[in-house]
Order: sequence, then structure tokens, then C-alpha cells
Amino acid sequence: MENVIEIRHLRKSFGTNEILKDIDFNVRKGEVVCIIGASGSGKSTLLRCINLLEKPSGGEIIYNGENILDDKHDIFAYRTKLGMVFQQFNLFNNHDVLSNCMVGQIKVLKRSKEQAKEVAMKYLTVVGMDQYINAKPKQLSGGQKQRVAIARALSMEPDVLLFDEPTSALDPEMVGEVLAVMKELAQSGLTMLVVTHEMGFASEVADRVVFMDKGVIAEEGSPEQIFNHPTQERTKEFLKRVLR
Amino acid sequence: MTWEWLIKIVQNNWPSFLRGAWATLYISIIGTILGSLIGLLIGTIRTIPMPDRGLKRIVLKISNVILSMYVEFFRGTPMIVQAMVIFYGSAMAFGIDMDRTIAAIFIVSINTGAYTAEIVRGGIISIDKGQFEAAHAIGMNHTKTMLHVVLPQVLRNILPPMGNEFVINIKDTSVLNVIAVSELFFTTKSVAGNNYRYFEAFFVASILYLIMTLTVTRILRFIERRLDGPENYNIIPGNQMQVERPEDLLHKDKSNTKTGI
Ligand SMILES: Nc1ncnc2c1ncn2[C@@H]1O[C@H](COP(=O)(O)OP(=O)(O)OP(=O)(O)O)[C@@H](O)[C@H]1O
Ligand SMILES: [Mg+2]
Repeated sequence: MENVIEIRHLRKSFGTNEILKDIDFNVRKGEVVCIIGASGSGKSTLLRCINLLEKPSGGEIIYNGENILDDKHDIFAYRTKLGMVFQQFNLFNNHDVLSNCMVGQIKVLKRSKEQAKEVAMKYLTVVGMDQYINAKPKQLSGGQKQRVAIARALSMEPDVLLFDEPTSALDPEMVGEVLAVMKELAQSGLTMLVVTHEMGFASEVADRVVFMDKGVIAEEGSPEQIFNHPTQERTKEFLKRVLR
Repeated sequence: MTWEWLIKIVQNNWPSFLRGAWATLYISIIGTILGSLIGLLIGTIRTIPMPDRGLKRIVLKISNVILSMYVEFFRGTPMIVQAMVIFYGSAMAFGIDMDRTIAAIFIVSINTGAYTAEIVRGGIISIDKGQFEAAHAIGMNHTKTMLHVVLPQVLRNILPPMGNEFVINIKDTSVLNVIAVSELFFTTKSVAGNNYRYFEAFFVASILYLIMTLTVTRILRFIERRLDGPENYNIIPGNQMQVERPEDLLHKDKSNTKTGI
């Protein structure tokens, strides 16, 4: 399978504090990769470096055969190819549900209003939020917000969808509805990179699980390998702690 | 005070009072609008993220210094003094006698600009970082992020302090009488002087000021409520797309994008 994104020797420091140390990994087309690891291990930082919300300190991010960290690269065009779903939803507060899913299409992708609306409706239907198009973000529950945020990302029709702990800010009874949508997306063949604390989701849905520890990828493999036959001592320790 | 005098003053001088009130109102309306635009521009410029290097960085640094000097100067000196300096200063420097109304609007505008620049800057800074990040994540650059996501929220949030500026301007245009702008205070002063009835004349003026400020406050409240939209939303029942299952839609989309539609 071809690689959508290749990450080589990625490093990131905040001041003298080195958060990511020489990260190497690829995301293949159609693959669902789950990133797990302890709090502070650098999972969010890795995801944010991939779409350049954080500026990497070194290394390469190869997309379509080009290193997007080259100065000349158009990072705005690149970002439209990556959808991002945040832990805190971050829906645009000044737009209603439909408009949240349209504004990027119209202003960035230069789609017509009609086309943008059609695409937005399609993905709002996918996440089951098509009945709420007139609602403002503050009128929705957390689970509903996150589903709209997923539809907003999908509406840009990106090559990869990045999720940063999409269910961590949700009340327990709403976690299920969001995971169900994500599962459906995974099965439809979407390429997804998911930082998650939901080990059940990772073991069920992921094609590959990446375990991060203190800024490095300590171990990666199939869910079966990572969850049932981890080879690294720190992976075993981490799993013992979270699966208790 | 006597009722007779009050009634007499109003009866004999109501055109002067109205002319004065009207001048006060339009100087403060135009001054507030122009000042808000100045403030919006400056507040927005002052929050542009600093590039790491290059010419842009130098230009931005210099303009930030100039803009902050402007803000500090006009916030740190009384408007009555600014009026004198600008009006007589321009007469001295360019040998022109500025039209007094234009001078008045100019002074109110740049004064309001200095205050609202800080209101706008504060409004932008207080928007959740997540709003910027979400906009960047879908490929918006800084300008698009500001135009379509941040500034609309800022404008809504700063409406109350902006309205406050408007009310302050209605009252503070009275200091412009020092450069003989015939706003309400100035006309009242001449009415009072002509009749030797200071209390009654200024009592009328105070009522007029109060009517103007209360009306403006009410109108702004109304606008705020309108901007907030309805409390509730309507569920759109039965979407025609629901005949297809979500999964089908997704798969169909995949094949669509492959064929390049
Ligand atoms: N902007 C920043 N400035 C300085 N340090 C930062 C910044 N952002 C993150 N860090 C540090 O980087 C480390 C990794 O943070 P990161 O958010 O990537 O961890 P994480 O694996 O996502 O953890 P969690 O599971 O709690 O979300 C933490 O120690 C954090 O304090
Ligand atoms: Mg995190």
C-alpha cells in the first residue's frame, strides 16, 4: 500500500525540553493507526506537528513525495488534505452546524455555496447530525459537537483524518455515539490517525497500534501484537496500568 | 428655578437646543463609527503573529511601536487638551483654519480609535485558541481565520464596551466647546448667557443628554439580542438523503473522488 504520510527523524522541543525524539513512521492509505501512551508522552505534539499546528524542530514530513517542511511549501494547501478532530471540538462559535461544515469549503477550497451545502449535508448525514443544521455549537451536547466536528473535517474531503483524543472531553454516556461514527468511518476505508485512551476501540478498529513513551515510538504492531504479546517492558507496564 | 422660566427658555430657544443636540449626536455617531473602524484596524494589526524573520517582521515591529505610541498618547491625555493641541496646532503648522465640525469629528474619532484599539485587541486575545487552531487546521490562513471565524465573535463580544464608548462620546463632545464647536453644551451656554438663566438652560441640556444616552443604550441592547439569534433551534425532520445508509454514502463518495469528480 502507498504511504499517505511519511515521517522521518521528526524532532520537537519546547525550549530545552525535548518532547519528540527522532520519530519515524508512516501512515498508509486506508489504514487506521491508533497512537496510545501515557499522558505527556508526546502524542498530541506528534499529531500537531503533522499538521503543523506546532512547528517541528527537525526531521521531515513527506506528503505526496515532497517534504512539506521545506520553506517553499504551501502549508495551507497541505492542511486542507489533513482533517483534524480536537479533544475540545473547537467548532466555530459564530457559525451554525451547517455553516461550520461549509465555511472551509467555500473560503478555502473555493467551492460554490450549493456544492458546499450538498457536501456538508452528506457528511452531516453520515454522522447523524443532519437534523441539527440550524443549531449553534453552544446549543449542542458534547457528543453532538464532536460529531459535527467530524463532519466539518470530512467536508474538506481530506486524505487523512487526525483525531486527538476525540472522546476524552465527553461524558461517559456520549463516548459511544462518537466511537460508533469513527468505527463506521474506519470501515469505510478512510485513512485515520487516532490518539486515544480507548483501548477497546484501538484493539477493535486499528490496523496498527503505536505505543509512545517519553517522546519515542517504543513499540508498534497489530492490535493483537501490542495488546496480547507486547515485547517491550514499558508497553507491558503501560497496558497493565490502563487495562486494570 | 421657576417653571415659568424653564418653559420660557424652552419656548424661545428650542431650535438652538435641538441644533445643539443634533450636532452632539452626529459628531458622536460619526466619531464613534470612524473611531471603531480605526480601533478595529489597529487592534487587528497589533495581534498579527510575529513572523520568525524577514522584512515582514521588521515592518510589523515598527508599525507596532508607532501604533502603541498612538494608543498611549491618546489614552494618556485628556480629550479637551487634544482638542486644543490639534485645532490650534493645525492652524499654526499649516496656517489653515480647520472647519470646526470636521475638527470635532477628527478629534473624537482618533480618541475613540485609541480606546477601541485596546478593546479590540483584548477581544481578539480572549478568543479561545482552539478557534484559531480549528481554522488553521482546515487550511485557513491568518486573514481568513480573522475574517470568517475570529472577528465576527470579537465584534459580538465587544459590542457592550463599544456601546459604552458611544455613550461616553455623547457626553464628552461637550468638551469640544473649547474650540467653539456648536454642540449641545456650546449652544446651551449661549442660551444661558443671553437670558442670564444658567440653571434652567443647563437643566434642559441635561435632559437632552439623558434622552440621547438612554436611547442609544436601548438600541444597542436590541441589536445585541438580535445578533444572538433565537434561543432555540428547529430540528429539520426527515431529510431526503436518509433513504441511503450512511455507509453507502461514504462508499459512493470514495468512488466519486477516485474518478475525479
Ligand atoms: N506549548 C508547549 N510548551 C511547552 N511544553 C509543552 C507544550 N505543549 C506540550 N508541552 C509538553 O510536551 C509534553 C507532551 O505533551 P503532549 O500534549 O504531546 O502529551 P500527550 O501524550 O498528548 O498527553 P495527554 O495524554 O495528556 O494528552 C508534555 O510534557 C507537555 O508539558
Ligand atoms: Mg494529548
